[in-house]
Amino acid sequence: MMIVLETTSLTRRFGALTAVDGLTLSVESGEVFGLLGPNGAGKTTVIKMLTTLLPPTSGNARVAGFDIMHHASEVRRVIGYVPQLVSADGTLTGYENLLIFAKLYDIPRSEREARVHDALEFMGLTEFGDKLVRNYSGGMIRRLEIVQSMLHRPRILFLDESTVGLDPVARMGVWERIGQLRSNYGTTIFLTTHYMEEADMLCNRVAFMHLGKVAAIGTPAQLKASLHKKGSTLDDVFVRYTGSALESGGSYREVSRTRRAARRLG
Amino acid sequence: MINPLRAIFSFASKTLTIAELEARKLSHDSTELITRAVQPALWLVIFGEVMARIRAIPTGDLSYIDFMAPGILAQSVLFIAIFYGIAVIWERDLGILHKFLASPTPRAALVLGKALSAGERALVQAVIVYLLAFVLGVKLNWNPLALVGVLVVVLLGSALFSTFSLIIACLVKTRERFMGIGQVLTMPLFFASNAIYPISIMPGWLQALSQGNPLTYEVDALRVLMVIGGTTTYGLAIDIAVLLATTAAMVIIAARLYPRVIV
Repeated sequence: MMIVLETTSLTRRFGALTAVDGLTLSVESGEVFGLLGPNGAGKTTVIKMLTTLLPPTSGNARVAGFDIMHHASEVRRVIGYVPQLVSADGTLTGYENLLIFAKLYDIPRSEREARVHDALEFMGLTEFGDKLVRNYSGGMIRRLEIVQSMLHRPRILFLDESTVGLDPVARMGVWERIGQLRSNYGTTIFLTTHYMEEADMLCNRVAFMHLGKVAAIGTPAQLKASLHKKGSTLDDVFVRYTGSALESGGSYREVSRTRRAARRLG
Repeated sequence: MINPLRAIFSFASKTLTIAELEARKLSHDSTELITRAVQPALWLVIFGEVMARIRAIPTGDLSYIDFMAPGILAQSVLFIAIFYGIAVIWERDLGILHKFLASPTPRAALVLGKALSAGERALVQAVIVYLLAFVLGVKLNWNPLALVGVLVVVLLGSALFSTFSLIIACLVKTRERFMGIGQVLTMPLFFASNAIYPISIMPGWLQALSQGNPLTYEVDALRVLMVIGGTTTYGLAIDIAVLLATTAAMVIIAARLYPRVIV
């Protein structure tokens, strides 16, 4: 198997706080890799560094063979990114949201219309293409965002809490489409989520982050077996490796962001 | 991609894509453009009419309303542009900005695209000010070349101040702080300029300040282009050179600071 993403002692400090502390991991091509952990564990900071939005304090990472520090613009060409916050523009139509990004990603003019049209159809949004996105439901917005981030057929797709605030039906819909995109294009997926059953179902491998470090890494089956208790779930693994659930909880800013995203989607 | 011509073409097309986005937004909801017309109307009708009666301001051969109309156009462009940065903070808070920054769009194209977007709003404003000025009997210069000149100066002025606003947004990062600073900046920029009175009537220190204010050069250029009998103090070439150089400097600074708004 080919390694498509690799971090080496990746570290990010904010003042006295070390949000990500010497992260070293690798992801193979075609894998669905889940980065899990409590709020404030550093997951979003990792994604921001890997998507070149935030420079690391020290250490490095290679994404599709490109160094995130020195070849940031090459990295941006080969990744797709769905941020935790709602990133579709509510004041534009679904079609326009896709068209603008098709242009920014240099999709040739001759293919553009067809690509946007197919994208809307794939996500079941054809009849809503000319409606403003602020009138979409949460699930529709997320589907639009995912297909928007896949327009240029990225090698790696970063999904940061993509299903926060969605009801179970909408979540299933989102994951079904991601699964299809993956089998169509062989995209590697790097995701974070708070839903352990979701991670268990989707991910080939997961890493649990705690206080900026990797506390455990492996396949969901391996990690559950490591507890030596019958009937263990990934929730048990979460509690075992990231400590007491009550004491964690992220910063005020982070919680308010998550809730805002949830409110806009709900 | 190494081909420089192709790189320039790609840069220009990305910049225009960002500007297209704004045009599409405005086409969906243009109520804001209409409400923006109120302020220049008040200045021209109330302030202008009163001051014209007092005849306290020496405006040479021009009537006061003719003298003032280009100043009010520059002012309304300034007021739109100086608060434009808040849109970026808003897009950051929503999460829209993250996606643009993670795309292979050059930062300078994102910034310049925003500058042009502010220019689109400014042009609508210019049309409104022209209509008002026409109704109030301002002797407008309808020479096509002069109109093109006004268009260029309005776009430049708007690009300059909206990019300045973007820089502030990247530094202060929150809407509350931004609004505070925006309020503090608009009045000195407007009053320490030649917009509604000539610089020659100011005390020495204020004259010096006004001559360092880019708005002065924008007004100076508009005055000769927009009204019949209008004259320039510095010369059109100097005015445009000052506006171009300042805008270029602002875009370079803003492109460097832009990614910081999301940290």
